[in-house]
Amino acid sequence: MKRRTLLAAGGGALLAGCASWPGSAPARGTGDLGVVVARATGQLAVVDTTERRILGTIDGLGDLSHASVVYARDGAHAFVFGRDGAMSQVHLPSRRVLARLMQAGNSIGGAISQDGTLVAAQNYAPGGVRVFDARTLAPIADIPATYTAADGSQQRSRVVGLADLPGRRFVFSLFDADQVWVADLSDAAQPKITKFEGIGRQPYDALLTPDGRHYLAGLFGEDGLAMIDFWSPQPRARRILAGYGRGQQPLPVYKMPHLRGWAVAGRHAWLPAIGRHELLVVDTATWEEVGRVPVAGQPVFVMARPDGRQVWVNFAVPDYHKVQVVDTVSRQVVRTLEPGKAVLHMEFTPRGEAVWISSRDANHVSVIDTARFDTLARLPVEQPSGIFFTSRAARIGL
Amino acid sequence: MKPASVACWLSALALAAAAAQAEPAPDAARQRELVRLVRQDCGSCHGMRLTGGLGPALDAQRLADWPLDSLVATIYKGRPGTPMPGWSALLSEADATWIAQQLRQGFPSEAR
Repeated sequence: MKRRTLLAAGGGALLAGCASWPGSAPARGTGDLGVVVARATGQLAVVDTTERRILGTIDGLGDLSHASVVYARDGAHAFVFGRDGAMSQVHLPSRRVLARLMQAGNSIGGAISQDGTLVAAQNYAPGGVRVFDARTLAPIADIPATYTAADGSQQRSRVVGLADLPGRRFVFSLFDADQVWVADLSDAAQPKITKFEGIGRQPYDALLTPDGRHYLAGLFGEDGLAMIDFWSPQPRARRILAGYGRGQQPLPVYKMPHLRGWAVAGRHAWLPAIGRHELLVVDTATWEEVGRVPVAGQPVFVMARPDGRQVWVNFAVPDYHKVQVVDTVSRQVVRTLEPGKAVLHMEFTPRGEAVWISSRDANHVSVIDTARFDTLARLPVEQPSGIFFTSRAARIGL
Repeated sequence: MKPASVACWLSALALAAAAAQAEPAPDAARQRELVRLVRQDCGSCHGMRLTGGLGPALDAQRLADWPLDSLVATIYKGRPGTPMPGWSALLSEADATWIAQQLRQGFPSEAR
């Protein structure tokens, strides 16, 4: 009898073992997982957004200053892009690095194709985009961002604002060449490049609207943004919000705003004004400016809560201890929070009842209720920067 | 104007000029703040390890040939036409000079 019980228990353990992910973690879903970049230590903290706790860390990821993460469709695998040009494939449930590739000299981010099969990295040095098989990391395409400079020489531009377009396509901006390119990898062996030239001076970052229709590139070299409507039969780049500074002397920009992460709320896009302490509100039906909201500093991230009712904003140094919340109906700042010095990033839980905020110098991540604004949890992470939840896996442009 | 008051005024001017030139070098505590600022905030563009990004790499080999005063001016006043802002709202000229000197020697790491 006793022996039989032992055998049954052993069988149960064996079955549980089969059902689990690689490693020893028990089987679980991935919908409430995420990672927080601990940039000083080159680690990712794997977090659970339901339990609001750190499950463990993933080590050995190199230089994670300005690291970003994109998710595979399973929400279990993710790709980490490091400043040192490394792309790492990690597995959240087992908290392991599965593969690591030094794919460039200097990189700041990547994107995954709509069908989840291709992962692309945007590189500063050597300037261009490299595309890999998302499963094996085998190289698929190398797209140098070559352009003709003013002196007639061939140069490679730094690449910014990479996003996945519907189809096996990627769109990105060339900071040095004032261009936007689309790489179509329907036939991976023969990538087809479409170039939009003269889009405006120094595109510094870009976003794709949640429907995958409009690509907006922020311009550093002039007041305005470049916009391309990919639903148009003949997509072309046009200028929107041109001259928003109205000839005023811009303030110094201590940190480039980040456009990826979206502040498209309902029919309006909320955008950071560069060199000004303002948000610009633009109607995505007409692309006319419909309002401005003064804020506490130079905006860096302007992010809409998933329902679009609020927009949360953080700021460049020296105002980076603050976070402001704008009500999108009244277009008023309704709350100013101080969750800890050097706020670098914010991420909403999938349905937006809470937001996670990293405070680099305070060495913690705050979890804040977005209806009542009280702090639900505070988690210790050494110099936290980017926060990336698995809900990104299901969204285009992230 | 009496010669004595002219002399007095001139010496006051000279003193003021000397004071502007000889702002005290940052003390140890300020130096730690500056190291953090360069690694973390300049690091947004130049990389936390100063290996470059949207801004160029700031390694000693590259900067050793730069005249010190032009490096100080770049930090303090920025470089028009590029994303490099002037940091004069956050740094004194003495701070900028100290940072430039450290960059040319190989910038220190943050104390952990």
